[in-house]
Amino acid sequence: MYETLIEGGKHWSLTVCAGTRLRLVDRDGGANVGMLFYNPQNPLERYNAPDTLKCQHTFKLTKGHCLYSDMGRIFCSIIEDTAGWHDTVCGNANRELVASRWGERSYQQYRNDWTQNGHDAFLVEGGKYGLGRRDLAANVNWFSRVSVADDGAMRFDSDHARAGHFVDLRFEMDTLVLLHTCPHPLNGAAQYPRHPVLVQLSKAEPVRDDDLCRNSRPENGRGFANTELYRFCGDGAGQ
Amino acid sequence: MSGQRKMSALIPGEAMFRQVIPAGEYWIDVVGQGRTLRIVDVEGNQAADTLFFNAADVAERYSAVDTIREQRNVYLSCGSKLLSSAGNVMAQIVADTVGRHDTLGGACAGESNTVRYALDKRTMHSCRDSYLLAVAEHDRLGLGKRDLSHNINFFMNVPVTVDGGLTFADGLSGPGQYVEMRAAMDIIVLISNCPQLNNPCNAYNPTPLEVLVWDTDVR
Repeated sequence: MYETLIEGGKHWSLTVCAGTRLRLVDRDGGANVGMLFYNPQNPLERYNAPDTLKCQHTFKLTKGHCLYSDMGRIFCSIIEDTAGWHDTVCGNANRELVASRWGERSYQQYRNDWTQNGHDAFLVEGGKYGLGRRDLAANVNWFSRVSVADDGAMRFDSDHARAGHFVDLRFEMDTLVLLHTCPHPLNGAAQYPRHPVLVQLSKAEPVRDDDLCRNSRPENGRGFANTELYRFCGDGAGQ
Repeated sequence: MSGQRKMSALIPGEAMFRQVIPAGEYWIDVVGQGRTLRIVDVEGNQAADTLFFNAADVAERYSAVDTIREQRNVYLSCGSKLLSSAGNVMAQIVADTVGRHDTLGGACAGESNTVRYALDKRTMHSCRDSYLLAVAEHDRLGLGKRDLSHNINFFMNVPVTVDGGLTFADGLSGPGQYVEMRAAMDIIVLISNCPQLNNPCNAYNPTPLEVLVWDTDVR
């Protein structure tokens, strides 16, 4: 197993092979992990939040759900989750939002305690792979819960992210993962929330016929079939 | 922003431009700052899958997530400011006879149709095919697949439930209903008139849309 700690307000990226389990742990509580997914063979194939939600008739993400690319394939499945609700419709804070809510803390003055924002974090990580502004998309915000009232009003649950909560992603395809630990854009905490996240990588158990994610909805069975066709033809061959 | 219905005072006979978009086709054009765009649901419950780009910098584009987050409401209606990926107002909805529009559901594609409906739906026509043809036929604009992101579905009703579900409800729209927005910058508007034949939201019957533009610039 490989384990690393990403401090709060930072960013990272890695390419995860199919068959890998990636666990995120909210070590101290209050964490948010922004995440985007791309096909490393063809980064034009990317995480599609609208397809992920409408294919599974869900607004929240939790155990049993699959994260879809725009090509009808599954980057990863949520095989375990103690948090119960993760957001994928609120995007990121940008520099202006962070400055207006928590004040500008420049790198010059604060060094590692500057107040990085999720939007810039994704631009930096994406840039390492030739991705830019045009390649950003609606991201996942792990550990953050934003619920919706009947009239459509959105509410950030400031009590949702608890110490020790974790979520397990099983990757069904080779996937480029961009991530940041910057604050959720609706977090109204008095101080810039700076909470570390543990990232643990290990080999996943093989996907069985009775797999929870594969069988949680008939749509996901077809998503797995699409992903298996892609692997059958060789990664990068495209379908 | 849900439920804010408002009629427009603009008169169709005074529009500087009007065009019918048949189902399965697209419309792409620049709407100048200050001008007003109306989209008419001619026969009712037809999805107008719509994207905006800053005409001066196409990497700045409509952002569904920034739009709903900043208005703290997942539905679009009269008064909604349609924000860009840089947080700027691209257009504002100034009239709306429907009261609620979706921006969570995205556009249909052959690939997502295989997941949602059946694997043999792969080759059916879709909004993304119309988008891809639009940007290919207008390659002078510098747009491609990576610019085809999370759109608005005018006239579609996709309610979110309190426990985190997503439902596809009967439309609130009907014949002749419309939505109108005023451009706050020069914007490229890309509309796919949705060809979807598998979704009961349009009663499996895609129908025409009409767009009208008025020169309401008072600068």
